[in-house]
Amino acid sequence: MATKVLERKPLTWAEKTYLPQIVHGLKITWKAMFKKPITLQYPEEKPELPMGYRGIPTLVKDPNGREKCVSCQLCEFICPPKAIRITPGEIPADASTAHVEKAPKAFEINMLRCIYCGLCQEVCPEEAIFLQNAFSLSGYSRQELVFQKDKLYELGGTLPDTHHKWDKKKAAAAHPHHH
Amino acid sequence: MEVILLKALYALLMIGAVMGLAAYSVLGERKISAWIQGRIGPNRTSFPLIAKIPLIGPALRYLGIWQPLADGLKFLFKEDPIPGHVKGIYYMMAPVLVLVPALSTMVVVPFGEYFDSAGKAYPLILADIDLGLWFIFSLASLGVYGIVLAGWAANSKYPFIGGIRSCAQLISYELVMGLSVLPIIVWVNAPGVSAGLSLVSIVNTQGGAWFIMTQPLSALLFLIALFAETNRLPFDMPESETELVGGFHTEYGSFKFGFFFLAEYAHMVIGSAIFSLLFLGGWHFLPWIASPWPASIFGTICSVLWFLGKIVFLMFFFIWIRWTLPRFRYDQVMQLAWGKLLPIALINLVFYTILVAFIS
Amino acid sequence: MSDLKNAPLVTITIDGQELQVPAGMNVIAAAALIGKEIPHYCYHPRLSIVGNCRMCMVELGMVMKDRATGQVILDEAGKPKIGWAPKPAIGCGTQAVNGLHVKTDTQLVKDCQKGVMEFLLVNHPLDCPICDQAGECTLQEFATDYGQGYSRFVEEKNVKPKRTQLGPRVMLDDERCILCARCIRFCKEIAGEDVLGFVDRGSYSTLTCYPGKALTNNYSLNTVDICPVGALTSTDFRFKMRVWFLKKTDSICTESSVGVNTTVWSREGQIYRITPRENGEVNDSWMADSGRALYEKVEAPERLKCPKINGNTVPLPEAIDRACELFDAAQKVAYVASGHMSVEEQFLFKELTHVQPGDIYGVMHVQEADGFLISADSTPNMRGGLAVGLWEDLPQKQLSALGDKIDNGAVTLLVVYNEDLFETGLTEAQLRKVEIIYLGTHRNRTSEYADLVLPTLMAFEKSGSFINQQWRLQTFAQAVPGPTGLLPDICLMEHLRSHLVGEAYVAPTLTGIWGRLSHENALFKGVLFNKIPKTGQLLEAEAFAHHAFLEGKGLHYEPKVTIIPEAVQAS
Repeated sequence: MATKVLERKPLTWAEKTYLPQIVHGLKITWKAMFKKPITLQYPEEKPELPMGYRGIPTLVKDPNGREKCVSCQLCEFICPPKAIRITPGEIPADASTAHVEKAPKAFEINMLRCIYCGLCQEVCPEEAIFLQNAFSLSGYSRQELVFQKDKLYELGGTLPDTHHKWDKKKAAAAHPHHH
Repeated sequence: MEVILLKALYALLMIGAVMGLAAYSVLGERKISAWIQGRIGPNRTSFPLIAKIPLIGPALRYLGIWQPLADGLKFLFKEDPIPGHVKGIYYMMAPVLVLVPALSTMVVVPFGEYFDSAGKAYPLILADIDLGLWFIFSLASLGVYGIVLAGWAANSKYPFIGGIRSCAQLISYELVMGLSVLPIIVWVNAPGVSAGLSLVSIVNTQGGAWFIMTQPLSALLFLIALFAETNRLPFDMPESETELVGGFHTEYGSFKFGFFFLAEYAHMVIGSAIFSLLFLGGWHFLPWIASPWPASIFGTICSVLWFLGKIVFLMFFFIWIRWTLPRFRYDQVMQLAWGKLLPIALINLVFYTILVAFIS
Repeated sequence: MSDLKNAPLVTITIDGQELQVPAGMNVIAAAALIGKEIPHYCYHPRLSIVGNCRMCMVELGMVMKDRATGQVILDEAGKPKIGWAPKPAIGCGTQAVNGLHVKTDTQLVKDCQKGVMEFLLVNHPLDCPICDQAGECTLQEFATDYGQGYSRFVEEKNVKPKRTQLGPRVMLDDERCILCARCIRFCKEIAGEDVLGFVDRGSYSTLTCYPGKALTNNYSLNTVDICPVGALTSTDFRFKMRVWFLKKTDSICTESSVGVNTTVWSREGQIYRITPRENGEVNDSWMADSGRALYEKVEAPERLKCPKINGNTVPLPEAIDRACELFDAAQKVAYVASGHMSVEEQFLFKELTHVQPGDIYGVMHVQEADGFLISADSTPNMRGGLAVGLWEDLPQKQLSALGDKIDNGAVTLLVVYNEDLFETGLTEAQLRKVEIIYLGTHRNRTSEYADLVLPTLMAFEKSGSFINQQWRLQTFAQAVPGPTGLLPDICLMEHLRSHLVGEAYVAPTLTGIWGRLSHENALFKGVLFNKIPKTGQLLEAEAFAHHAFLEGKGLHYEPKVTIIPEAVQAS
């Protein structure tokens, strides 16, 4: 890209006094005074969140009410501020979701550490953790802001599932094409 | 006895007016800056019972009318930490030293006129002394001591730099200020007239043309010097929060900081008052137009309100300028004072002296 | 498998790079020597070759020779002509011979690998998120390194049993199995208990135990280690923690005097599993299941976590003061040291006994040996005691001599390190008669009688060295921190000693102790602690050869002295 050298004209006498510029500036701010404020009255009015907004990380269930997390701990691994802590556990053989085998015994997200980067959502192979739209967060103690599994599921709710990976697995196990 | 009581009442009224103006100019500052920046400004404070009144309650709330009250209470009840490294007694003295001269100058400032039964007008003033203007300058220059002391007593680098800056800046601009007022004094005390330095006589001289018309350059110089003297942007070198944290008041908190805050706005109020007395005809209605109000108590109130209106306009101008211009660099501030304003002021003085001599 | 130590060297060429290897060396191992990876699943250097994964396909060639004359045929450039085999062959089934040429990175080889990977993944469930092997799974690694990155398989995958309990410690997920048969060969060839096999054919092949049998062998968990995928998992470690979180620390198994090299896998101060560490001189790639469970004792309820005076918890300085009082009050002290101490601790314990001299006893712990990796001596460091001179002769199982002295009043204070005196034949009455300072990791009957209990650390919580049955000096490193507020044993002993003699306490270091040991002790001459190899350093211990060591024949160990019968030992 060619560099274009702009010629700097010498200042006129009026410009040197600086006063016309001040007057001009005053004009601009004067006009600005009568423009409509863009302030949002926050607690009463809520901003419209754009698509892909990264709010509080939450755990979600599939439409059958099965917890999608299988405690693979990839989110715990990827989490830059180490906010996630998972204790894996085994699903008992007599449970209806026994074919999934593994589920978190405990799932903690320390919201005091979370930086809302969304890497956990990106890395999750089971599409179980989502940064949804909740963004306003407060508490009276540090302990209260370490979100436990039940709280995370409460925040997350149920999201539609397009893959039905584990349902297919269960169906295949029920009707295996044996030799 | 009656006179003393009257004076005391007047003094209280004045303190109330100046302090009230100062407090509400803070609100004005916040509101005007908000408007200029496309915001709304303080609109959350409300007063328990008044908030319930339909229309008026919410309107007052929206205007932030109670904000100064809340701010004052906040300053009062905040914890007042004193850093361990400060120089105790001076640290305590500095805020007082800043506020006292600011408030004392109002002794010689006339706020309007009242009329006796014969319809003769007298100025509303605490002490109409001959040396009114001189008194103001001498007191105002005391204000710098408070700032320098604050900077020094805080015993840390940013306040110290702020203190030094304000010291140099105030001295420089005081010179300009004094020189810009001299032509008016020369004018007022033209050969054969002996009006002295009294502000009342200066105001009375402006029954016809205001000095801003006859001496526009003096007015401009005075205005610039006034900005510098009150530490307002674009001359807020001692504070300049982007460079010096908070400048001279970095180490102050709570009500001591409130003192500085109040003093700055009190300075502005007094400064505006003086400017309108010197150049805007004081309580005179409009140039060459006699005051339309009757020579009665109602007229007195009108004159005071008219004068206050001029002050409020100037305050607005102060604030407007602040949110329009960026801050000067420090060397530019000094260069402006000594390199530009001082010679111009001198030429201006010589010019008007000769002019006055010619006319008379 | 075969012994290559005495084989003649031959020259082979791998990807154009010539190298000399012992004749008969496996091509996969030879390629590894020059940093070339030939991917493989079924091949294991310590198991027989079966060649059923087909992952290690390479192109082979030989130097062409004239059949009539035996002369090497040269090409135009004057170099030997190579006769390349028309089809690829498996690397693991090929042994080095003179003139062998191998290509590992041709397009043909890459296509083979890609094809094999695709076939292996056809019926693989791809449940990596819940699979314990994820992170150390060769199927994962080779799929990314040699696979094609996507699946063309749209049909339904095979369904096989997901939770089969092969034995008390091993769980099988048949869907993940790639039929490499490593576990089958391990059971047959190493563990000597042939219990595993395949049933059915083709993609329906399934790994199972023989009818009526189970994988109960004490070496069953090695099958989990060698399983290249997540088919075999440890019931203990199953779903506990992902391996990529775990910190690996080199350690030594304290189960017996074999001194099995181990890796301790821990995260944030908690141990999750113990696996064997390769050492061809001691334990090869194997380890007993019982040794892997030792970490459970770290969190055991009977763990001693704070100093106690007569059962009341006290701060450590107070406990040290109390020990000094006990020492000052007692005229006749006896010490019971232990083969569980590291060499450094034994040395400092000896120093401690110099302050107030008394008899030093040790206790011999005998267990049933299995002739493989568990020896008859269940302490890891009995020879260390001999080396630093804690005991002149091998300790006895019973401390009847000590009992007699207590009865006579010839001992009034006992300093015991981690031994239960009841097991050595002492009685409650005898223990009541003396004051006892007990240093140990866990509560036992003796610690209940102790006037002063000073907790010590387990081998996972400290660093040091052991001398195993081969007189091999092996080091272990601290994997996890000990209970809060406790000092490492060497510091505790030095603390005690310096207090007793009224010196200022200076925390001892392992290198400092070894500086003295290598200087003062002929056996350790020239040993530098930081330079002890990972596989251990063999000591010249001819001077101790006359002792009647208990250990019988095991892996890489032949006893030098005839074994004295148990009955004689006990007397």
